[in-house]
Amino acid sequence: MKHQGTQGPASGAESVIRFEDVTKRFGEKAVLDKLSLEVVRGETLCIMGPSGTGKSVTLRHIIGLMKPDSGSIFVGGHEMSTIKPDDLRDLRRRMGYLFQDGALINWLSVGDNIALPLRETTDLTEAEILDRVNAKLELVKLDGAFDKFPNEISGGMRKRVGLARALITDPEIVLYDEPNSGLDPETSQGVDRLIRELANTLDITSVVVTHLVSCIRVVADRVLLLEAGNTVVDCSPEDFISSSHPRVKRFLGKDPD
Amino acid sequence: MNPLRSVRQFSANIGYVVDLFLQVCLRLNHVWKRRVLITEHLYVSGVKVVHVVLLVGFFMGMVVSLQTGLELSRIGQQDQIGTIVAVSMTREMGPFITATIIAATVGSSLAAEIGTMAVSDELAALEVLSIDAKSFLVVPRMVTVAIICPLLTVICDPIGIFGGAFVAQAQLNVGLQLYFDSAIDALQTPGAFFPFPKDVYGGLFKSFVFGLLIASISCSAGMRTTGGALGVGNATRQAVRDSIIAIIISNYFMTWFLYQR
Repeated sequence: MKHQGTQGPASGAESVIRFEDVTKRFGEKAVLDKLSLEVVRGETLCIMGPSGTGKSVTLRHIIGLMKPDSGSIFVGGHEMSTIKPDDLRDLRRRMGYLFQDGALINWLSVGDNIALPLRETTDLTEAEILDRVNAKLELVKLDGAFDKFPNEISGGMRKRVGLARALITDPEIVLYDEPNSGLDPETSQGVDRLIRELANTLDITSVVVTHLVSCIRVVADRVLLLEAGNTVVDCSPEDFISSSHPRVKRFLGKDPD
Repeated sequence: MNPLRSVRQFSANIGYVVDLFLQVCLRLNHVWKRRVLITEHLYVSGVKVVHVVLLVGFFMGMVVSLQTGLELSRIGQQDQIGTIVAVSMTREMGPFITATIIAATVGSSLAAEIGTMAVSDELAALEVLSIDAKSFLVVPRMVTVAIICPLLTVICDPIGIFGGAFVAQAQLNVGLQLYFDSAIDALQTPGAFFPFPKDVYGGLFKSFVFGLLIASISCSAGMRTTGGALGVGNATRQAVRDSIIAIIISNYFMTWFLYQR
């Protein structure tokens, strides 16, 4: 149930991701409780909320790593509960996912990690793959890191490598799971600017799970606050930061009184 | 613990292992594509445990030689030590010891490696990237273990026989010539399936099956790991325990099939 101060996506725009009364339980606990949301093409939605309120679970439902107990999820025109395996593979090729810790394959070099989706799922020549990998490394400002291994680079660099890998197939939708976690403020700002730049230049539809107000200031078109698996507030980042909603004020560390 | 739940869990484990094995069989045409990974695993899983196989095989041959030699000496049949050590090593001890070493070293490492990937979202990342984890991770590992198990047995068998010879000469006063003549004579029985000594290829067949069992059980334990570092520890322990149980049980049935039918 949305509360006061709701905005929702721009009316008339093409819906890319849509949740309809989605419920997901782990044992007795409903992590998502009749959650409904919509993301339109080219939009960047930031999902905020206290830990354990279903933010990452929401992302995992979007990419099909989890299936809902009830309700429907539509991504790119496909209903995720009934999607065929081949269609799911095709859909995932149009999507990118940045995991919290990058989830890099630790025995592959940075370059091989980024090249992996292309080597495994396309017929591109090795020269074409290397060109694309170098372009993505340049995009995330990691040129020269091709031969390094994940355990030889910092957390921020791992995250940027994860981003380069998520972008290597030129996805239309990118999901970011806490892109700033574990990063120093300067690196964190760099990642935020990169996400914004990608959304602007490549017209990517993005969903970003974050705890940071500094992140939503830079990347968000719309902010959604989740609590107990449902939406508390859905509004623009400016409205969110200046919201008088007691739950938002409490979440942002302001005294609600 | 609820016994019904344990039975259900046990059945689920077996079902998952069988399913994984069949899934890998369906992907055997990916072996050429994975040749680089297979070569790397052959080095890590094979070459790096050769010294362990050599050491354990040598001492196991010594133990068999000493135990049987002492009993045979009492009835004046110590000339047969070479026969007994050669047959024991090629039929049973060589394949079994090699498989146990591989379960403890390579199997545990496979479960820990894949289990760590599972708990650090690397398997989820492969799925999200539409990469077939069974082809990418399991095929090279299963092929590798199925190859190294018989290969290391080929090394373990003769080193055990040499270990037995050392004890026979030093402690039981059986000459090396006599020992090796009786050992070679014992391994002359031709097999029904191949024109090689039956004891040798029977043992290598067992090793091949042990390798498949170790890889299937260890990879499936890794793939189903949940719960962080504790989960990885549990998966590793389960992989080694289940592999050794499977080796012993399958050994009985293969021995029956090869030698008593």
